[in-house]
Amino acid sequence: MDNISVLIEKLNPSFDNALKLSDDGQAIYVPAECIVKLMDMLKNQYEYVMLADLSAVEYEDRYEVVYHVMKLTDAQDIRIKVALPLDAPTVPSIVDVWKAANVQEREAFDLMGIRFSGHPDLRRILCPDDFNGHPLRKSFNMKTVSRF
Amino acid sequence: MSMDSDNLNLVDDLNTQEFTINMGPYHPSTHGVFRAVLTLDGEVIVKEENVLGYLHRGMDKIAETRTYSQFVPYTARLDYLASALNNMGYVQTVEKLMGIEVPERAEYLRVIIAELQRIASHYLMLGSTTNDVNAVTGFLYYMHDREKVLDLLEMVTGARLTSNYMRIGGVIDDLPEEFFPKVKEFLAYLPGRLEMMETLILGNEIFQERMKNVGVITAQMALDYGVTGPNLRAAGVRFDLRKVAPYSAYGKIDFEVPVLKNGDAFDRYQIRLMEIKQSLRIIEQAVQQLPEGPIMAKVPKLIKPPAGEVFHKMEGARGILGFHLVSDGGPKPYRLHIHGPSFVNIGIMPAIAPGMLLQDFLAAFATIDVDMGEVDR
Amino acid sequence: MDSNNNITSIWDFFQNPIIMNLLIGVVYFAAIAAFITVLVIILMWMDRRVAAFFQERLGPIKYGPQGLLQPVFDAVKMVSKGNITPRNVDKLVYNLAPMLIFMTTLLVYAALPYGKNLTVVNLNVGVLYLIAISSTATIAILMGGWGSNNKYSLIGGMRTVAMIISYEIPFAFSLLGIIMLTGSMNMTDIINAQKNVWFVFLQPLAFVVFMITAMAELNKSPFDLPEAESELVAGFITEYAGMKFGLVYLAEYANMFSMAAIAVTLFFGGWQGPLLPSWLWFLIKTLLMVFFIMWIRWTLPRIRIDKMMKLNWKVLIPLSILNIFLTGIGIKLYQYFTGMGGV
Repeated sequence: MDNISVLIEKLNPSFDNALKLSDDGQAIYVPAECIVKLMDMLKNQYEYVMLADLSAVEYEDRYEVVYHVMKLTDAQDIRIKVALPLDAPTVPSIVDVWKAANVQEREAFDLMGIRFSGHPDLRRILCPDDFNGHPLRKSFNMKTVSRF
Repeated sequence: MSMDSDNLNLVDDLNTQEFTINMGPYHPSTHGVFRAVLTLDGEVIVKEENVLGYLHRGMDKIAETRTYSQFVPYTARLDYLASALNNMGYVQTVEKLMGIEVPERAEYLRVIIAELQRIASHYLMLGSTTNDVNAVTGFLYYMHDREKVLDLLEMVTGARLTSNYMRIGGVIDDLPEEFFPKVKEFLAYLPGRLEMMETLILGNEIFQERMKNVGVITAQMALDYGVTGPNLRAAGVRFDLRKVAPYSAYGKIDFEVPVLKNGDAFDRYQIRLMEIKQSLRIIEQAVQQLPEGPIMAKVPKLIKPPAGEVFHKMEGARGILGFHLVSDGGPKPYRLHIHGPSFVNIGIMPAIAPGMLLQDFLAAFATIDVDMGEVDR
Repeated sequence: MDSNNNITSIWDFFQNPIIMNLLIGVVYFAAIAAFITVLVIILMWMDRRVAAFFQERLGPIKYGPQGLLQPVFDAVKMVSKGNITPRNVDKLVYNLAPMLIFMTTLLVYAALPYGKNLTVVNLNVGVLYLIAISSTATIAILMGGWGSNNKYSLIGGMRTVAMIISYEIPFAFSLLGIIMLTGSMNMTDIINAQKNVWFVFLQPLAFVVFMITAMAELNKSPFDLPEAESELVAGFITEYAGMKFGLVYLAEYANMFSMAAIAVTLFFGGWQGPLLPSWLWFLIKTLLMVFFIMWIRWTLPRIRIDKMMKLNWKVLIPLSILNIFLTGIGIKLYQYFTGMGGV
């Protein structure tokens, strides 16, 4: 994880210093509009050829979409985060970089309500199509889930 | 394209009509409650769409309402065919977050159980694939041998399917005395059987015709679609987390990572047989090297990891099994995201299905080896 | 009218040749139906035990000696099940199909030579009759597939038509060699012609082609595409329940026996054999043949449909035609060297 700050320094010129190291020093914060370009660079120039995970976390003041990308040579992964506002969490889709993001973004949309702009087919994937709400949000009321 | 082009032209001249068929959620070959909406032109698939979620239990959400230890049995229900591997991934994630050192004996015990579980899981895949091409006899041979693995697992963990053997900080119980002769017997028994299966199934000409050049996933496609595990190795990428980034006791054990190059259904099938042989090697060495010592680290009764975030990945039976855990310092996980390999692997089906025959679809789907418990979580 | 007169008239009534034939027909029918029922019970038991033997299992062993009564229990279950007709099926076609499937099976049994002078109908075109009857089942299967109003059934039905129509050609061609050798289509003549040497030795190529096509005609693995349970659920029988399913099931086993019987008659000398009575020889040979079919069935995976078509049109048909050529040359050579006609 110690190479993260080095990586940020290498990458930052291409992004007008928009990349920031997180407080715990283990993640890169990226503005939403830069995510596709960053992922593309990581994949094609820095050997992070595999999208290991895509998840979303809800905090009190923000949503975070968390990406883990991985190298094949030593299985090192780095964590990339996009912080999104609570009211309209929208982030560009990275399906064009990794097709693997297709199902995982649909899952994040379904369960957490993150919108991925540019996604070819952003529908619910695990919950039924007529489901109301996004179950992984802390505000989701688990007592009234009955649909029948 | 599996059919000759002149055949397809004939179909066009006759002005036929495409039709949609729902394969699943209750279908003998979807291995659980999976639905594939197939658009067919005769027997040729034009379009395929996955419909998931019939088994969705909301594991991610359940985790937020349970304490860290309480969630261990739930992980066994994720990929119920490889429950010990899921247990292992989850407890390792929590240990990584808390910085717990697991005693060496416990690590070895974990490896033994995990590899037995991997064999059981691969065996089920081999068996069900064999059944899907209607070699029913082969299926029962595999089941017959899988029983022996399950007997061993039962002897140690007390359960055959959802073992729940791993604990945060170690394992729950030591190996019983009678396990050692039994496992020796098993290690001597299985290679001969594997060889027999190779000649019976892999050597069968009809089986080869059904499997070769069917559902080809190239290395580039596999990486693009995030396909991992045996499916990736069958496509020619030598990537196994047990070797590339050894966890638990894998670093001290000598084994190989088998790789094939075509990435078709046949290779995906064959690679499992090769991996079982390596798993046998690992078990043999682990039993030999098994050190003395405690099987449980000193962990507090109520587990409260420090606030923070961790992503842990391990080589599950079907690919990279990842756990992304966020803790707020409380007794329950703040957020747990489970990255099931089957969920990502199944995402490649719409890409490889068009142009296949209905029968090819089953062979391709079965060899990708998804477990609906893991897909839907 | 006095009573004496009445009895005479009843006697006269039975003397009427039409009624007589009808009565004999009924007796024959009852005999064949009873024979098939008993046979299927034995075959079902045998199939399970053979499958178990190949699959390292025990199979049914609980009910009756060696589990022999298991099929009886199954039959009772089958009869006692509800006779469901799904709502949107084509009722006439749907209900007629299983009966027609079973009927074609019954018709085949009429022409089989069960032993010396033990044939229901000794047809002089027996072989032609068998070929014709066994392919009419195609129509019944397509009816079942179409009438069920289920896409899986329809695919199963269409596969059957595609398969049986194409496999009918090498099936018939492979028997031509034998007909050329004997000069007769009568089953009894064919058996008598095998007094010295079985046709399997004179026509090995024909036998191979015949066995492969027979498996296809039977819809048995590796050619069980019409009912491919792993892809089509159950193919054309998906929507059938209760006794309608039972009839199809019955016909399936009965067909296996009749096909084995045809193979024995044409290639293995039929009921001929030393010491034992002829009907026993017929049964022994046929059951061995059935065992062989089961062996193939429980060993091989299912072939893919396009490969199956290729096998038929590009391999089996040329081979069967080649066989006819070779037989013709052989006959001419034999006549040339022995200076006489016929075998």
